[in-house]
Amino acid sequence: MSVSVQHEDFDAGRECRALLDGRSDVGAVASFIGVVRGDGGKQGVSAMTLEHYPGMTEKSLEEIVAQARQRWPAVSGVRVIHRVGRLQVGDQIVFVGVAGGHRGEAFAACEFIMDYLKTRAPFWKKEETPAGARWVDARDSDDAAAARWQP
Amino acid sequence: MKIRIKYFAGLREAVGRGEEEFEVAGEECSVAAVRDQLVAGGVSALAELRNLRAAVNQSMAGPDAAVRDGDEVAFFPPVTGG
Repeated sequence: MSVSVQHEDFDAGRECRALLDGRSDVGAVASFIGVVRGDGGKQGVSAMTLEHYPGMTEKSLEEIVAQARQRWPAVSGVRVIHRVGRLQVGDQIVFVGVAGGHRGEAFAACEFIMDYLKTRAPFWKKEETPAGARWVDARDSDDAAAARWQP
Repeated sequence: MKIRIKYFAGLREAVGRGEEEFEVAGEECSVAAVRDQLVAGGVSALAELRNLRAAVNQSMAGPDAAVRDGDEVAFFPPVTGG
């Protein structure tokens, strides 16, 4: 199973090692971990809740992984884990691991998956701050990051 | 025709419910027509949200996408995961 949406935390080391299981053609594993950031100051975020669209979220992540594998056929394995529910500052949110023969496709596919996940996968963050809870606004810079991959 | 409507995130809170059954006249219409009829039926939050996004049967859909009997139509703000 290459995609998971779950409340539980994950072990990035174990996930990376699993991408090597039974393979001798892997020369590189690139990984990304997204973490709940406390922005500090008066408006500091203390925690957040992640909502998703059960069914569609998993499907959209699988489509993004399929696109990455089509784009970089030398990629041998992909693992995506995204947590949902209430998370504290410092908690891990998302893991993307990509294994390939060489670092080029592993780095590129990992970044592609994150850029597409940020703009296409149905997740929504609600931050808790001293001033109250607020839904996070989508950022234009995320759209720009995803648009870089268009032909 | 009867369709299932879903709302997510801030829109779900503004509407006050996560999903509902909705009766639409005819055998096919657009996502925009579903939205307009929901707004006319009192779901004013749908008219107020900037950058409204939609999905039909769990695939992203534009305002012109077709909606048929039994479909699941979801409305939500732009996504903010990762």
